[in-house]
Amino acid sequence: MIITSNVSKKFGKLKALDNVSVKCDKGECIALIGPNGSGKTTLVKTILGMVVPDSGFITFNGKNILHDWEYRKDIGYMPQIGRYPDNMTIGQVLDMMRDIRHSKNITPDDELIEAFGLNTLMQKRMSTLSGGTRQKVSASLAFLFNPSVLILDEPTAGLDPLASGILKEKIIAEKEKGKLILITSHVLSELDDLITQVIYMQEGKLRFHKNIEALRADTGQTQLTRAIASIMTN
Amino acid sequence: MIKIIKYVIADILRNKIVIAYTAFLLLMSLSVFNLEDNSSKGLLSLLNIILLIVPLVSIVFSTIYIYNSSEFIELLVSQPLKRKTIWLSLFSGLAASLSLSFFIGAGIPILLYQASPTGIMMLITGLFLSVIFVSIAILASVTTRDKAKGIGKVILLWLYFSILFDGLVLFLLFQFADYPLEKAMVAVSAFNPIDLSRILILLQMDVSALMGYTGAIFRNFFGTQAGVILAICVLLLWMIAPLWLSLRRFTTKDL
Amino acid sequence: MNRLIILYFVLAITIPAQAFAKIIKVGKGQTIAVIQQGIDMAVTGDTILVSEGIYRQGNIVINKSIVLKGVNHPVLDGEKNYELLSVKSPNVTVDGFLIRNSGHSSMTDIAGIKIYNTHHVTVINNILEDNFFGIYAQQGTHCVIQNNQVTAYAKATQLSGNGIHCWKSDSMHISGNSITGHRDGIYLEFATHSLIEKNTVQKNNRYGLHFMFSHNNTYTNNVFRNNGAGVAVMYTRNVTMKNNRFEDNWGDAAYGLLLKEISDSDIEGNYFEKNTSGIYMDGSSRIEMRKNVFKDNGWAIKMQASCMDIKLEKNNFINNTFDMGTNGSLVLNTFKNNYWDKYEGYDLNKDKIGDIPYRPVSMYSMIIEQMPPAMMLFRSFITTLLDKTEKLLPSLTPENLKDDYPLMKPLAL
Repeated sequence: MIITSNVSKKFGKLKALDNVSVKCDKGECIALIGPNGSGKTTLVKTILGMVVPDSGFITFNGKNILHDWEYRKDIGYMPQIGRYPDNMTIGQVLDMMRDIRHSKNITPDDELIEAFGLNTLMQKRMSTLSGGTRQKVSASLAFLFNPSVLILDEPTAGLDPLASGILKEKIIAEKEKGKLILITSHVLSELDDLITQVIYMQEGKLRFHKNIEALRADTGQTQLTRAIASIMTN
Repeated sequence: MIKIIKYVIADILRNKIVIAYTAFLLLMSLSVFNLEDNSSKGLLSLLNIILLIVPLVSIVFSTIYIYNSSEFIELLVSQPLKRKTIWLSLFSGLAASLSLSFFIGAGIPILLYQASPTGIMMLITGLFLSVIFVSIAILASVTTRDKAKGIGKVILLWLYFSILFDGLVLFLLFQFADYPLEKAMVAVSAFNPIDLSRILILLQMDVSALMGYTGAIFRNFFGTQAGVILAICVLLLWMIAPLWLSLRRFTTKDL
Repeated sequence: MNRLIILYFVLAITIPAQAFAKIIKVGKGQTIAVIQQGIDMAVTGDTILVSEGIYRQGNIVINKSIVLKGVNHPVLDGEKNYELLSVKSPNVTVDGFLIRNSGHSSMTDIAGIKIYNTHHVTVINNILEDNFFGIYAQQGTHCVIQNNQVTAYAKATQLSGNGIHCWKSDSMHISGNSITGHRDGIYLEFATHSLIEKNTVQKNNRYGLHFMFSHNNTYTNNVFRNNGAGVAVMYTRNVTMKNNRFEDNWGDAAYGLLLKEISDSDIEGNYFEKNTSGIYMDGSSRIEMRKNVFKDNGWAIKMQASCMDIKLEKNNFINNTFDMGTNGSLVLNTFKNNYWDKYEGYDLNKDKIGDIPYRPVSMYSMIIEQMPPAMMLFRSFITTLLDKTEKLLPSLTPENLKDDYPLMKPLAL
């Protein structure tokens, strides 16, 4: 569904992405992991078109995304830090997004809004919200339009365990529907029961892209954290 | 595009700084018109506010707003929207709300107390300056990644346009006092939207004095319909050029 | 009672003449068609009535003391060739004509009506259109020029003479005329003891009023508006100018009132509005200016350093771009009790007079005087700053040019 071919990006002298080629298929839930500064976020941003690669290209459903913008209606993105205009209310942010992405083919998915209890907070201004609540808004927005691809950047950071649980349930449910889900995260243990594939990056390079079963078999570890740890020590 | 603009405007109009700015302008213009014994003196006091405060608030506020919206801009970019749409929406939202603030704060008092040609010209140039400095602000903020650096840059730009430029021109005038510089001055004024606005107001306000000396040249140039149209075109260019450059930069920028 | 006595004397003097005076009707529909013939037939004291119509009869010379009166403004047309009326006799009245199209000449001063070396001529209620000179008095005395409308249409100064022109004349009374489109509206040279009042002089190519070497004249209640260069008075003493209006005289070398080498004069109760310079003074002395209003001018007064003993008292200065300009630092003039709307002082003892002096010359007006293009920066922040600093620490502006007793409130003028 998403294919990156030999994508490279430099910021000044720093090689943020170095010849990265990955192929993400639908129905998968892929964990994008790696240490800080390994290029995870940059890769996500190139897929979203926020960063234009120096070389290489990315296709989405077989189409090159360069100079394209319409492909993004199939993507729900949850940023790592969700900041919104201070004086907008939650209701307005949701309304604005609905205005932007309004389409007949989409049946809005309000499940998360309800599950997070945002309904009662609609009149609250964004500047008055806690970081956790903002994350809930971001998550709700990502799922709102029933996109076939979900890109979640550190989705559970800042969420309380309850909300985190709700989100995980939602991710699993969406995966079952055959969607592609791309998650970057540090907190690996939380991902154990979701993940089908792992992309591991280091210093801008793709170290490996494996099925979780293969990874478990290779390392002999059942838990993802341990499996990764054993790779990093090798 | 309208979809985004209306939410941006709604957001900015509820911003404390913008509310304070509107209230300040309103307070200043009302007190200026009520305290001075004649309202043309009031206009004169208002002139400096329009030429100094309006550009300063427009440029600094817009810059800060753009920097504070960086995550929001990222979110918008991840949506199925053209970057051009996003950027123009932000610009339009800023320009419209700051113009509205100016219109409420200064425009309405002017129309109530001094709806003379001078007053109307002040109102028009004030609106132009609001938009021009939004345009300059977004160019400055899109070309500078660091927020503190960006704000410093726009304050310097403001200082340049409102004070340094004039000082420089005055210095050059003294240096080249022996040459006939009248015509050159007309051209020089095009390089600073604040000066151009001031001259347009001056042509209404000090029309008697401008009948003599160099004034006649300004008058002959800006006083004619063609001159006014040209001046308006130059002001429009000051709006569009930075906007266009910023747009070009933004559409290829890595966020 | 007095009036009756005067009437008696007037009757006593005129009745004997009247007894023989006859009325001669000339013109269209009359037996005498040629006006000059009528004049030739007339004797002193006769009245010639000219019927309505258009007369192209060349030059008409009036060499007898008669009244030449038009009925319903008969038209005397000079066909761009002739001087129309030449008055060469005293006690002549010319009344009620439309006089147009006099000849033009660069050698002689051809006029619609010209008075030659005589006295007690009355020119009244005439309309003069498109003549070279309008009404011209050459060595006339005790003449009355009243209620005439003098208009010309020439574009260039050299193609047009003056509306009312007096040369070497004395005791003239010029009143209630309106003059438009000539070179100078009213021009006086070596004209003395005259009264010029209630005239409306506008849109003339050069000066509205122009006089030189014309002493002891009085100008009151005139309006001088939108003339090419305003009003210029030169090389004259004992001038009284009262209650005139000087308006809309715009241009590089245009002045509401230009005073050059004028002395011992009074300028009082005049109104200067929307002139590039309200008054420009050069080499003038002993002039008292009182109760004038200066409003919306570029410069209310430009006083060159060559002026001395000018007294400026109780005037209102309102909304002028610059109150005063000067070219030097020597000041031998006094300013007192004027109202300046730009005054920012205070009045602690409540005597309605400001406690600190007002300096009407701003620094920036000095800069512009030396460097006209700097006008472009006027009212910018930096120049306002310069002006404020200068107010605190005068350096460029003349130290003594100040009003020590500025009024807090405008005078009711």
